[in-house]
Amino acid sequence: MTAVASDKMEPETTADAALTEPSKLGGRLARIAVPLGMLALLLVGWQAYVVLAKVPHYILPSPLQIAAAFGDDHSTLLRALWVTLQTTFLALAIALVTGVALAVLMAQSKWIELALFPYAVILQVTPIVAIAPLILIYTSTTEQALLICAWLVAFFPVLSNTAQGLRSTDHNLLNLFQLYGAGRWQTLMHLRLPNALPYFLAGLRIAGGLALIAAVVAEFAAGTPGANAGLAFRLIEAQHRLNIPRLFAALVLLSLTGVAIYGITSVISWLLLRKWHESAVRREN
Amino acid sequence: MAATIEQDAPAGMPRKTATPLVSLRSISKMFSNGTLALKNMSLDVDRGQFVSLLGPSGCGKSTVLRIIAGLGEPSSGTVEWPSASSYDGTGNPDHEIGFVFQEPTLMPWATVANNVWLPLRLKRRSKRQTRDEVMEALRMVGLDAFANAYPRELSGGMKMRVSIARALITKPKLLLMDEPFAALDEITRFRLNNDLLKLWQQFGWTVIFVTHSVFESVYLSERIVVMAARPGRVFRDVAIDAPYPRDDSFRTSEIYNENCRRASDALHEAMQARPQ
Repeated sequence: MTAVASDKMEPETTADAALTEPSKLGGRLARIAVPLGMLALLLVGWQAYVVLAKVPHYILPSPLQIAAAFGDDHSTLLRALWVTLQTTFLALAIALVTGVALAVLMAQSKWIELALFPYAVILQVTPIVAIAPLILIYTSTTEQALLICAWLVAFFPVLSNTAQGLRSTDHNLLNLFQLYGAGRWQTLMHLRLPNALPYFLAGLRIAGGLALIAAVVAEFAAGTPGANAGLAFRLIEAQHRLNIPRLFAALVLLSLTGVAIYGITSVISWLLLRKWHESAVRREN
Repeated sequence: MAATIEQDAPAGMPRKTATPLVSLRSISKMFSNGTLALKNMSLDVDRGQFVSLLGPSGCGKSTVLRIIAGLGEPSSGTVEWPSASSYDGTGNPDHEIGFVFQEPTLMPWATVANNVWLPLRLKRRSKRQTRDEVMEALRMVGLDAFANAYPRELSGGMKMRVSIARALITKPKLLLMDEPFAALDEITRFRLNNDLLKLWQQFGWTVIFVTHSVFESVYLSERIVVMAARPGRVFRDVAIDAPYPRDDSFRTSEIYNENCRRASDALHEAMQARPQ
Protein backbone atom coordinates (compact mmCIF):
# COMPACT_ATOMS: atom_id res chain seq x y z
CA MET A 1 0.00 0.00 0.00
CA THR A 2 1.48 3.27 -1.07
CA ALA A 3 -1.15 5.71 0.07
CA VAL A 4 0.30 8.06 2.61
CA ALA A 5 -1.68 8.25 5.80
CA SER A 6 -2.50 11.89 5.98
CA ASP A 7 -5.53 14.08 6.22
CA LYS A 8 -4.30 16.39 3.48
CA MET A 9 -5.75 15.62 0.11
CA GLU A 10 -2.99 15.19 -2.40
CA PRO A 11 -4.27 15.56 -5.95
CA GLU A 12 -2.36 12.66 -7.46
CA THR A 13 -3.45 10.18 -4.80
CA THR A 14 -7.10 11.14 -4.36
CA ALA A 15 -8.42 8.08 -6.12
CA ASP A 16 -6.26 5.70 -4.11
CA ALA A 17 -6.80 7.56 -0.90
CA ALA A 18 -10.54 7.46 -1.32
CA LEU A 19 -10.39 3.70 -1.52
CA THR A 20 -7.87 2.94 1.18
CA GLU A 21 -8.39 5.79 3.57
CA PRO A 22 -11.54 7.74 2.95
CA SER A 23 -11.08 11.36 3.86
CA LYS A 24 -13.42 12.87 6.44
CA LEU A 25 -15.56 14.62 3.84
CA GLY A 26 -15.63 11.58 1.58
CA GLY A 27 -16.61 9.36 4.48
CA ARG A 28 -19.41 11.66 5.49
CA LEU A 29 -20.69 11.85 1.92
CA ALA A 30 -20.62 8.08 1.61
CA ARG A 31 -22.60 7.76 4.84
CA ILE A 32 -25.43 9.70 3.22
CA ALA A 33 -24.95 8.57 -0.37
CA VAL A 34 -24.89 4.80 0.21
CA PRO A 35 -28.28 4.50 2.01
CA LEU A 36 -29.87 7.01 -0.38
CA GLY A 37 -28.49 5.12 -3.38
CA MET A 38 -29.87 1.88 -1.98
CA LEU A 39 -33.28 3.50 -1.48
CA ALA A 40 -33.28 4.84 -5.05
CA LEU A 41 -32.35 1.40 -6.36
CA LEU A 42 -35.21 -0.25 -4.43
CA LEU A 43 -37.76 2.32 -5.59
CA VAL A 44 -36.69 2.01 -9.24
CA GLY A 45 -36.82 -1.79 -9.00
CA TRP A 46 -40.27 -1.65 -7.39
CA GLN A 47 -41.58 0.75 -10.02
CA ALA A 48 -40.12 -1.36 -12.83
CA TYR A 49 -41.62 -4.57 -11.44
CA VAL A 50 -45.10 -3.09 -11.06
CA VAL A 51 -45.03 -1.58 -14.56
CA LEU A 52 -43.43 -4.53 -16.35
CA ALA A 53 -45.43 -7.27 -14.57
CA LYS A 54 -48.62 -5.16 -14.89
CA VAL A 55 -49.47 -5.62 -11.20
CA PRO A 56 -52.89 -4.06 -10.49
CA HIS A 57 -52.77 -1.04 -8.13
CA TYR A 58 -55.19 -2.67 -5.64
CA ILE A 59 -52.64 -5.44 -5.09
CA LEU A 60 -49.38 -3.52 -5.08
CA PRO A 61 -49.28 0.13 -6.10
CA SER A 62 -46.11 1.57 -7.60
CA PRO A 63 -44.10 4.21 -5.73
CA LEU A 64 -45.38 6.85 -8.12
CA GLN A 65 -49.01 5.84 -7.46
CA ILE A 66 -48.35 6.02 -3.73
CA ALA A 67 -46.86 9.48 -4.13
CA ALA A 68 -49.89 10.53 -6.15
CA ALA A 69 -52.23 9.15 -3.46
CA PHE A 70 -50.35 11.15 -0.85
CA GLY A 71 -50.61 14.24 -3.04
CA ASP A 72 -54.40 13.79 -3.29
CA ASP A 73 -55.07 12.97 0.34
CA HIS A 74 -52.29 14.82 2.12
CA SER A 75 -54.58 17.09 4.12
CA THR A 76 -56.51 14.12 5.58
CA LEU A 77 -53.38 12.09 6.16
CA LEU A 78 -51.38 14.90 7.76
CA ARG A 79 -54.27 15.80 10.04
CA ALA A 80 -54.46 12.13 11.07
CA LEU A 81 -50.70 12.07 11.61
CA TRP A 82 -50.97 15.14 13.83
CA VAL A 83 -53.59 13.39 15.98
CA THR A 84 -51.39 10.29 16.32
CA LEU A 85 -48.32 12.39 17.08
CA GLN A 86 -50.12 14.24 19.86
CA THR A 87 -51.04 10.94 21.51
CA THR A 88 -47.50 9.63 21.03
CA PHE A 89 -45.61 12.58 22.47
CA LEU A 90 -47.99 13.30 25.32
CA ALA A 91 -47.84 9.62 26.33
CA LEU A 92 -44.05 9.65 25.99
CA ALA A 93 -43.73 12.76 28.14
CA ILE A 94 -45.91 11.27 30.87
CA ALA A 95 -43.96 7.98 30.61
CA LEU A 96 -40.65 9.82 31.10
CA VAL A 97 -41.84 11.68 34.17
CA THR A 98 -43.55 8.72 35.82
CA GLY A 99 -40.85 6.23 34.79
CA VAL A 100 -38.02 8.30 36.25
CA ALA A 101 -40.02 9.17 39.36
CA LEU A 102 -40.86 5.55 40.07
CA ALA A 103 -37.26 4.45 39.37
CA VAL A 104 -35.97 7.03 41.86
CA LEU A 105 -38.56 5.90 44.38
CA MET A 106 -37.55 2.26 43.95
CA ALA A 107 -33.86 3.15 44.28
CA GLN A 108 -34.56 4.56 47.75
CA SER A 109 -35.41 1.23 49.28
CA LYS A 110 -35.24 -2.43 48.42
CA TRP A 111 -38.71 -2.92 49.96
CA ILE A 112 -40.39 -0.37 47.71
CA GLU A 113 -38.76 -2.02 44.72
CA LEU A 114 -39.91 -5.48 45.83
CA ALA A 115 -43.44 -4.17 46.32
CA LEU A 116 -43.81 -2.25 43.06
CA PHE A 117 -41.65 -3.82 40.40
CA PRO A 118 -43.80 -6.97 39.86
CA TYR A 119 -46.77 -4.77 38.93
CA ALA A 120 -44.69 -2.82 36.45
CA VAL A 121 -43.71 -6.12 34.87
CA ILE A 122 -47.32 -7.35 34.77
CA LEU A 123 -48.42 -4.16 33.03
CA GLN A 124 -45.59 -4.55 30.57
CA VAL A 125 -46.07 -8.20 29.64
CA THR A 126 -49.85 -8.06 29.24
CA PRO A 127 -50.49 -7.33 25.53
CA ILE A 128 -51.82 -3.82 25.07
CA VAL A 129 -54.49 -4.97 22.56
CA ALA A 130 -55.87 -7.19 25.29
CA ILE A 131 -56.21 -4.36 27.80
CA ALA A 132 -57.36 -1.70 25.35
CA PRO A 133 -61.07 -2.72 25.35
CA LEU A 134 -61.15 -2.51 29.15
CA ILE A 135 -59.46 0.88 29.14
CA LEU A 136 -61.99 2.08 26.57
CA ILE A 137 -64.78 1.12 28.94
CA TYR A 138 -63.22 2.81 31.96
CA THR A 139 -62.31 6.13 30.35
CA SER A 140 -64.74 8.83 29.40
CA THR A 141 -63.10 9.84 26.11
CA THR A 142 -61.26 7.85 23.49
CA GLU A 143 -58.31 10.28 23.64
CA GLN A 144 -57.76 9.35 27.28
CA ALA A 145 -57.88 5.66 26.43
CA LEU A 146 -55.33 6.05 23.65
CA LEU A 147 -53.08 8.06 25.94
CA ILE A 148 -53.22 5.45 28.69
CA CYS A 149 -52.44 2.63 26.22
CA ALA A 150 -49.43 4.43 24.75
CA TRP A 151 -48.22 5.44 28.21
CA LEU A 152 -48.46 1.87 29.52
CA VAL A 153 -46.17 0.64 26.77
CA ALA A 154 -43.66 3.51 26.82
CA PHE A 155 -43.43 3.60 30.59
CA PHE A 156 -41.68 0.30 31.23
CA PRO A 157 -38.42 0.77 29.25
CA VAL A 158 -37.92 4.14 30.92
CA LEU A 159 -38.56 2.66 34.36
CA SER A 160 -36.45 -0.47 34.03
CA ASN A 161 -33.50 1.25 32.33
CA THR A 162 -33.42 4.16 34.74
CA ALA A 163 -33.73 1.82 37.71
CA GLN A 164 -30.84 -0.23 36.37
CA GLY A 165 -28.75 2.94 35.95
CA LEU A 166 -29.52 4.12 39.48
CA ARG A 167 -28.57 0.70 40.85
CA SER A 168 -25.28 0.41 38.98
CA THR A 169 -23.58 3.35 40.67
CA ASP A 170 -19.89 2.79 41.38
CA HIS A 171 -19.45 1.47 44.91
CA ASN A 172 -16.29 3.50 45.57
CA LEU A 173 -17.97 6.72 44.47
CA LEU A 174 -20.84 5.98 46.85
CA ASN A 175 -18.27 5.49 49.62
CA LEU A 176 -16.63 8.76 48.67
CA PHE A 177 -19.95 10.60 48.92
CA GLN A 178 -20.54 8.98 52.30
CA LEU A 179 -17.06 9.99 53.44
CA TYR A 180 -17.73 13.62 52.61
CA GLY A 181 -21.05 13.52 54.43
CA ALA A 182 -23.29 13.77 51.37
CA GLY A 183 -27.00 13.53 52.06
CA ARG A 184 -29.47 11.32 50.22
CA TRP A 185 -30.56 14.18 47.99
CA GLN A 186 -26.99 15.20 47.12
CA THR A 187 -26.06 11.62 46.32
CA LEU A 188 -29.10 11.36 44.08
CA MET A 189 -28.53 14.63 42.23
CA HIS A 190 -24.75 14.56 41.89
CA LEU A 191 -24.08 10.84 41.60
CA ARG A 192 -26.98 8.48 41.00
CA LEU A 193 -28.89 10.49 38.41
CA PRO A 194 -25.87 11.45 36.26
CA ASN A 195 -24.77 7.83 36.42
CA ALA A 196 -28.22 6.69 35.27
CA LEU A 197 -28.36 9.17 32.37
CA PRO A 198 -26.97 6.84 29.65
CA TYR A 199 -29.34 4.09 30.78
CA PHE A 200 -32.26 6.52 30.81
CA LEU A 201 -31.41 7.69 27.30
CA ALA A 202 -31.30 4.10 26.03
CA GLY A 203 -34.76 3.68 27.58
CA LEU A 204 -35.92 6.89 25.91
CA ARG A 205 -34.93 5.61 22.48
CA ILE A 206 -36.90 2.41 22.99
CA ALA A 207 -39.85 4.23 24.57
CA GLY A 208 -40.06 6.77 21.72
CA GLY A 209 -40.59 4.05 19.12
CA LEU A 210 -42.88 2.03 21.37
CA ALA A 211 -45.09 5.03 22.16
CA LEU A 212 -45.81 5.45 18.45
CA ILE A 213 -46.49 1.75 17.98
CA ALA A 214 -48.75 1.65 21.02
CA ALA A 215 -50.65 4.75 19.87
CA VAL A 216 -51.31 3.08 16.52
CA VAL A 217 -52.32 -0.24 18.11
CA ALA A 218 -54.67 1.56 20.47
CA GLU A 219 -56.22 3.45 17.56
CA PHE A 220 -56.81 0.12 15.83
CA ALA A 221 -58.53 -1.17 18.93
CA ALA A 222 -60.56 1.97 19.51
CA GLY A 223 -61.37 2.61 15.85
CA THR A 224 -62.14 6.31 16.34
CA PRO A 225 -63.68 7.81 13.23
CA GLY A 226 -64.43 11.49 12.59
CA ALA A 227 -62.35 14.58 13.06
CA ASN A 228 -60.10 12.99 15.68
CA ALA A 229 -59.18 10.01 13.55
CA GLY A 230 -55.54 9.04 13.81
CA LEU A 231 -53.34 7.55 11.14
CA ALA A 232 -54.26 3.99 12.09
CA PHE A 233 -57.93 4.65 11.51
CA ARG A 234 -57.17 6.15 8.10
CA LEU A 235 -55.17 3.02 7.36
CA ILE A 236 -58.06 0.67 8.13
CA GLU A 237 -60.45 2.94 6.32
CA ALA A 238 -58.25 2.79 3.20
CA GLN A 239 -58.17 -0.98 3.48
CA HIS A 240 -61.96 -1.24 3.69
CA ARG A 241 -62.28 0.93 0.62
CA LEU A 242 -59.59 -1.07 -1.17
CA ASN A 243 -57.69 2.20 -1.63
CA ILE A 244 -54.35 0.45 -1.43
CA PRO A 245 -52.20 3.37 -2.66
CA ARG A 246 -53.60 5.49 0.17
CA LEU A 247 -52.99 2.66 2.63
CA PHE A 248 -49.39 2.57 1.50
CA ALA A 249 -49.11 6.35 1.78
CA ALA A 250 -50.32 6.17 5.39
CA LEU A 251 -47.90 3.33 6.05
CA VAL A 252 -44.95 5.28 4.63
CA LEU A 253 -45.92 8.26 6.75
CA LEU A 254 -45.97 6.07 9.87
CA SER A 255 -42.56 4.58 9.10
CA LEU A 256 -41.04 8.00 8.45
CA THR A 257 -42.49 9.24 11.75
CA GLY A 258 -40.94 6.28 13.57
CA VAL A 259 -37.58 6.95 11.93
CA ALA A 260 -37.82 10.63 12.83
CA ILE A 261 -38.58 9.84 16.49
CA TYR A 262 -35.62 7.46 16.61
CA GLY A 263 -33.43 10.13 14.99
CA ILE A 264 -34.50 12.83 17.43
CA THR A 265 -33.98 10.65 20.50
CA SER A 266 -30.58 9.53 19.16
CA VAL A 267 -29.50 13.14 18.65
CA ILE A 268 -30.64 14.07 22.16
CA SER A 269 -28.67 11.11 23.51
CA TRP A 270 -25.57 12.08 21.56
CA LEU A 271 -25.76 15.71 22.65
CA LEU A 272 -25.93 14.74 26.31
CA LEU A 273 -23.26 12.03 26.25
CA ARG A 274 -20.74 13.11 23.63
CA LYS A 275 -18.35 14.62 26.15
CA TRP A 276 -17.92 11.64 28.42
CA HIS A 277 -19.74 8.42 27.66
CA GLU A 278 -18.14 5.56 25.73
CA SER A 279 -21.24 5.08 23.59
CA ALA A 280 -21.02 8.59 22.15
CA VAL A 281 -17.30 9.27 22.10
CA ARG A 282 -15.48 8.83 18.82
CA ARG A 283 -12.28 6.87 19.14
CA GLU A 284 -9.42 6.52 16.76
CA ASN A 285 -7.33 3.44 17.16
CA MET B 1 7.00 -21.76 64.04
CA ALA B 2 5.98 -19.55 66.87
CA ALA B 3 4.61 -16.31 65.60
CA THR B 4 4.31 -13.85 68.41
CA ILE B 5 2.44 -10.70 67.76
CA GLU B 6 4.60 -7.72 68.41
CA GLN B 7 1.97 -5.14 68.93
CA ASP B 8 4.16 -2.77 70.85
CA ALA B 9 6.36 -0.68 68.66
CA PRO B 10 10.04 -1.47 69.06
CA ALA B 11 12.21 1.10 70.73
CA GLY B 12 13.44 3.88 68.54
CA MET B 13 10.12 4.64 66.91
CA PRO B 14 9.91 8.25 65.88
CA ARG B 15 7.52 9.97 68.22
CA LYS B 16 6.48 13.39 67.01
CA THR B 17 3.78 14.20 69.52
CA ALA B 18 2.73 12.75 72.80
CA THR B 19 -0.88 12.06 71.79
CA PRO B 20 -1.50 10.02 68.66
CA LEU B 21 -3.73 11.42 65.92
CA VAL B 22 -5.73 8.25 65.63
CA SER B 23 -5.72 5.21 67.76
CA LEU B 24 -7.33 1.83 67.10
CA ARG B 25 -8.24 -0.08 70.23
CA SER B 26 -8.71 -3.86 69.82
CA ILE B 27 -10.58 -3.56 66.55
CA SER B 28 -12.28 -6.70 65.25
CA LYS B 29 -14.33 -6.90 62.12
CA MET B 30 -16.57 -9.80 61.18
CA PHE B 31 -18.23 -9.59 57.77
CA SER B 32 -21.81 -10.75 57.34
CA ASN B 33 -20.60 -13.86 55.47
CA GLY B 34 -18.74 -14.97 58.59
CA THR B 35 -15.22 -13.97 57.51
CA LEU B 36 -13.17 -12.60 60.37
CA ALA B 37 -11.35 -9.79 58.56
CA LEU B 38 -9.64 -8.28 61.60
CA LYS B 39 -9.02 -9.64 65.05
CA ASN B 40 -8.06 -7.59 68.02
CA MET B 41 -6.06 -5.02 66.12
CA SER B 42 -4.55 -2.08 67.93
CA LEU B 43 -2.58 0.67 66.28
CA ASP B 44 -1.51 4.19 67.19
CA VAL B 45 -0.62 6.60 64.43
CA ASP B 46 1.13 9.78 65.41
CA ARG B 47 0.46 13.17 63.94
CA GLY B 48 2.58 13.82 60.86
CA GLN B 49 3.66 10.23 60.49
CA PHE B 50 3.91 8.40 57.17
CA VAL B 51 2.80 4.85 57.95
CA SER B 52 2.43 1.98 55.50
CA LEU B 53 0.23 -1.03 56.08
CA LEU B 54 1.98 -3.89 54.34
CA GLY B 55 0.65 -7.40 54.02
CA PRO B 56 -0.55 -10.21 51.78
CA SER B 57 -3.94 -9.88 50.16
CA GLY B 58 -6.77 -10.73 52.49
CA CYS B 59 -5.01 -9.46 55.61
CA GLY B 60 -7.55 -6.70 56.13
CA LYS B 61 -5.37 -3.71 55.21
CA SER B 62 -8.14 -2.04 53.26
CA THR B 63 -10.67 -2.89 55.94
CA VAL B 64 -8.55 -1.06 58.52
CA LEU B 65 -8.44 1.99 56.26
CA ARG B 66 -12.19 1.93 55.71
CA ILE B 67 -12.86 1.65 59.42
CA ILE B 68 -10.59 4.61 60.12
CA ALA B 69 -12.45 6.55 57.42
CA GLY B 70 -15.77 5.71 59.03
CA LEU B 71 -16.92 3.56 56.09
CA GLY B 72 -18.17 0.58 58.00
CA GLU B 73 -18.23 0.10 61.74
CA PRO B 74 -15.91 -2.33 63.52
CA SER B 75 -17.66 -5.33 65.07
CA SER B 76 -15.87 -4.61 68.32
CA GLY B 77 -13.26 -2.17 69.52
CA THR B 78 -13.07 1.57 69.04
CA VAL B 79 -11.37 4.17 66.88
CA GLU B 80 -10.26 7.14 68.95
CA TRP B 81 -9.16 10.57 67.84
CA PRO B 82 -7.38 11.92 70.92
CA SER B 83 -6.30 15.19 69.35
CA ALA B 84 -9.32 16.02 67.19
CA SER B 85 -10.88 19.39 67.79
CA SER B 86 -14.34 18.99 66.26
CA TYR B 87 -16.51 16.07 65.24
CA ASP B 88 -19.20 15.59 62.66
CA GLY B 89 -22.46 13.72 63.15
CA THR B 90 -20.92 10.27 62.74
CA GLY B 91 -18.22 10.84 65.33
CA ASN B 92 -15.41 11.33 62.84
CA PRO B 93 -13.21 14.36 62.97
CA ASP B 94 -14.77 16.99 60.76
CA HIS B 95 -13.28 17.68 57.30
CA GLU B 96 -10.06 16.05 58.28
CA ILE B 97 -9.84 12.88 56.21
CA GLY B 98 -8.89 12.51 52.58
CA PHE B 99 -9.31 9.13 50.96
CA VAL B 100 -7.61 7.89 47.78
CA PHE B 101 -8.97 4.62 46.41
CA GLN B 102 -7.13 2.00 44.40
CA GLU B 103 -9.03 3.15 41.31
CA PRO B 104 -9.14 6.85 40.54
CA THR B 105 -12.91 6.77 41.25
CA LEU B 106 -13.69 9.89 39.24
CA MET B 107 -17.10 10.86 37.95
CA PRO B 108 -16.80 10.38 34.18
CA TRP B 109 -19.47 12.98 33.41
CA ALA B 110 -17.64 15.76 35.25
CA THR B 111 -14.56 17.69 34.21
CA VAL B 112 -11.32 17.40 36.18
CA ALA B 113 -12.07 20.69 37.96
CA ASN B 114 -15.59 19.58 38.86
CA ASN B 115 -14.30 16.26 40.17
CA VAL B 116 -11.87 18.08 42.44
CA TRP B 117 -14.61 20.51 43.48
CA LEU B 118 -16.86 17.65 44.64
CA PRO B 119 -15.90 17.49 48.35
CA LEU B 120 -16.44 21.25 48.67
CA ARG B 121 -19.61 21.10 46.61
CA LEU B 122 -21.01 18.55 49.03
CA LYS B 123 -20.29 21.11 51.77
CA ARG B 124 -22.51 23.47 49.74
CA ARG B 125 -19.72 25.75 48.61
CA SER B 126 -20.24 27.27 45.18
CA LYS B 127 -17.95 26.73 42.24
CA ARG B 128 -17.08 30.41 41.93
CA GLN B 129 -16.26 30.67 45.59
CA THR B 130 -13.88 27.70 45.44
CA ARG B 131 -12.26 28.22 42.04
CA ASP B 132 -8.92 29.29 43.52
CA GLU B 133 -8.82 26.33 45.88
CA VAL B 134 -9.58 23.90 43.06
CA MET B 135 -6.88 25.39 40.86
CA GLU B 136 -4.40 25.35 43.74
CA ALA B 137 -5.08 21.64 44.37
CA LEU B 138 -4.66 20.92 40.66
CA ARG B 139 -1.41 22.89 40.60
CA MET B 140 -0.10 20.78 43.48
CA VAL B 141 -0.47 17.64 41.38
CA GLY B 142 0.67 19.37 38.19
CA LEU B 143 -2.65 19.23 36.37
CA ASP B 144 -3.75 22.87 36.32
CA ALA B 145 -3.66 22.80 32.50
CA PHE B 146 -6.23 20.00 32.44
CA ALA B 147 -8.96 21.60 34.53
CA ASN B 148 -11.53 21.37 31.74
CA ALA B 149 -10.59 17.91 30.48
CA TYR B 150 -12.80 14.89 31.09
CA PRO B 151 -11.38 11.88 32.95
CA ARG B 152 -11.49 9.64 29.86
CA GLU B 153 -9.04 12.01 28.15
CA LEU B 154 -6.40 11.41 30.84
CA SER B 155 -3.85 8.66 31.34
CA GLY B 156 -4.01 6.34 34.34
CA GLY B 157 -1.37 8.32 36.22
CA MET B 158 -3.09 11.62 35.54
CA LYS B 159 -6.43 10.25 36.74
CA MET B 160 -4.75 9.19 39.97
CA ARG B 161 -3.33 12.72 40.33
CA VAL B 162 -6.86 14.11 40.00
CA SER B 163 -7.96 11.68 42.68
CA ILE B 164 -5.15 12.92 44.94
CA ALA B 165 -6.04 16.56 44.23
CA ARG B 166 -9.64 15.79 45.22
CA ALA B 167 -8.44 14.24 48.48
CA LEU B 168 -6.25 17.28 49.20
CA ILE B 169 -8.85 19.97 48.52
CA THR B 170 -10.39 19.71 51.97
CA LYS B 171 -6.92 20.22 53.50
CA PRO B 172 -7.14 16.96 55.43
CA LYS B 173 -5.04 16.21 58.50
CA LEU B 174 -5.10 12.54 57.64
CA LEU B 175 -4.66 11.11 54.18
CA LEU B 176 -5.76 7.50 53.71
CA MET B 177 -4.48 5.81 50.59
CA ASP B 178 -5.65 2.35 49.56
CA GLU B 179 -3.04 0.91 47.15
CA PRO B 180 -3.36 4.07 45.08
CA PHE B 181 -0.56 3.32 42.63
CA ALA B 182 -0.93 -0.46 42.33
CA ALA B 183 -2.44 -0.32 38.86
CA LEU B 184 0.14 2.08 37.41
CA ASP B 185 3.30 1.33 35.49
CA GLU B 186 6.58 1.53 37.38
CA ILE B 187 7.82 4.81 35.89
CA THR B 188 4.56 6.56 36.72
CA ARG B 189 4.49 4.99 40.16
CA PHE B 190 8.00 6.22 40.99
CA ARG B 191 7.14 9.72 39.86
CA LEU B 192 3.94 9.78 41.92
CA ASN B 193 5.86 8.38 44.92
CA ASN B 194 8.27 11.29 44.70
CA ASP B 195 5.50 13.85 44.28
CA LEU B 196 3.58 12.40 47.20
CA LEU B 197 6.64 12.58 49.48
CA LYS B 198 7.28 16.19 48.47
CA LEU B 199 3.70 17.18 49.26
CA TRP B 200 3.82 15.28 52.55
CA GLN B 201 6.95 17.11 53.64
CA GLN B 202 5.50 20.41 52.54
CA PHE B 203 2.13 20.08 54.28
CA GLY B 204 2.91 17.69 57.11
CA TRP B 205 -0.25 15.60 56.96
CA THR B 206 -0.44 12.18 58.49
CA VAL B 207 -0.51 9.48 55.82
CA ILE B 208 -1.69 5.88 56.18
CA PHE B 209 -0.72 4.12 52.99
CA VAL B 210 -1.88 0.61 52.15
CA THR B 211 0.35 -1.33 49.77
CA HIS B 212 1.46 -4.85 48.99
CA SER B 213 4.81 -3.65 47.66
CA VAL B 214 7.75 -3.94 50.05
CA PHE B 215 9.80 -1.53 47.96
CA GLU B 216 7.12 1.11 47.79
CA SER B 217 6.45 0.96 51.51
CA VAL B 218 10.16 1.28 52.42
CA TYR B 219 10.68 4.14 49.98
CA LEU B 220 7.76 6.15 51.33
CA SER B 221 7.32 5.48 54.99
CA GLU B 222 8.83 6.13 58.37
CA ARG B 223 7.10 3.11 59.74
CA ILE B 224 5.76 -0.08 58.22
CA VAL B 225 3.04 -2.01 59.97
CA VAL B 226 3.30 -5.57 58.66
CA MET B 227 0.01 -7.43 58.82
CA ALA B 228 -0.77 -11.15 58.74
CA ALA B 229 -3.91 -12.73 57.34
CA ARG B 230 -6.63 -15.09 58.59
CA PRO B 231 -7.53 -13.26 60.69
CA GLY B 232 -6.07 -9.85 59.84
CA ARG B 233 -3.82 -8.58 62.60
CA VAL B 234 -0.71 -6.54 63.21
CA PHE B 235 2.26 -8.86 62.89
CA ARG B 236 5.19 -6.53 63.23
CA ASP B 237 5.94 -2.82 63.44
CA VAL B 238 9.06 -1.93 61.46
CA ALA B 239 10.66 1.50 61.77
CA ILE B 240 12.44 2.79 58.68
CA ASP B 241 15.23 4.98 59.94
CA ALA B 242 16.26 6.86 56.85
CA PRO B 243 16.26 10.62 56.57
CA TYR B 244 13.99 12.64 54.30
CA PRO B 245 14.01 14.06 51.70
CA ARG B 246 14.25 10.79 49.85
CA ASP B 247 14.71 10.83 46.11
CA ASP B 248 15.73 8.45 43.36
CA SER B 249 19.24 8.07 44.75
CA PHE B 250 17.66 6.63 47.88
CA ARG B 251 16.23 3.80 45.78
CA THR B 252 19.73 2.48 45.07
CA SER B 253 21.27 3.20 48.46
CA GLU B 254 22.62 0.65 50.94
CA ILE B 255 20.25 1.76 53.67
CA TYR B 256 17.26 1.31 51.34
CA ASN B 257 18.31 -2.22 50.46
CA GLU B 258 18.90 -3.04 54.09
CA ASN B 259 15.43 -1.82 55.06
CA CYS B 260 13.83 -3.62 52.12
CA ARG B 261 15.40 -6.84 53.35
CA ARG B 262 14.06 -6.29 56.88
CA ALA B 263 10.57 -5.47 55.65
CA SER B 264 10.65 -8.35 53.22
CA ASP B 265 11.71 -10.80 55.96
CA ALA B 266 8.93 -9.54 58.21
CA LEU B 267 6.42 -9.96 55.38
CA HIS B 268 7.58 -13.51 54.71
CA GLU B 269 7.26 -14.40 58.35
CA ALA B 270 3.80 -12.86 58.38
CA MET B 271 2.79 -14.96 55.39
CA GLN B 272 4.02 -18.13 57.05
CA ALA B 273 2.48 -17.28 60.38
CA ARG B 274 0.00 -19.84 61.56
CA PRO B 275 -3.63 -18.78 61.26
CA GLN B 276 -5.09 -18.02 64.64
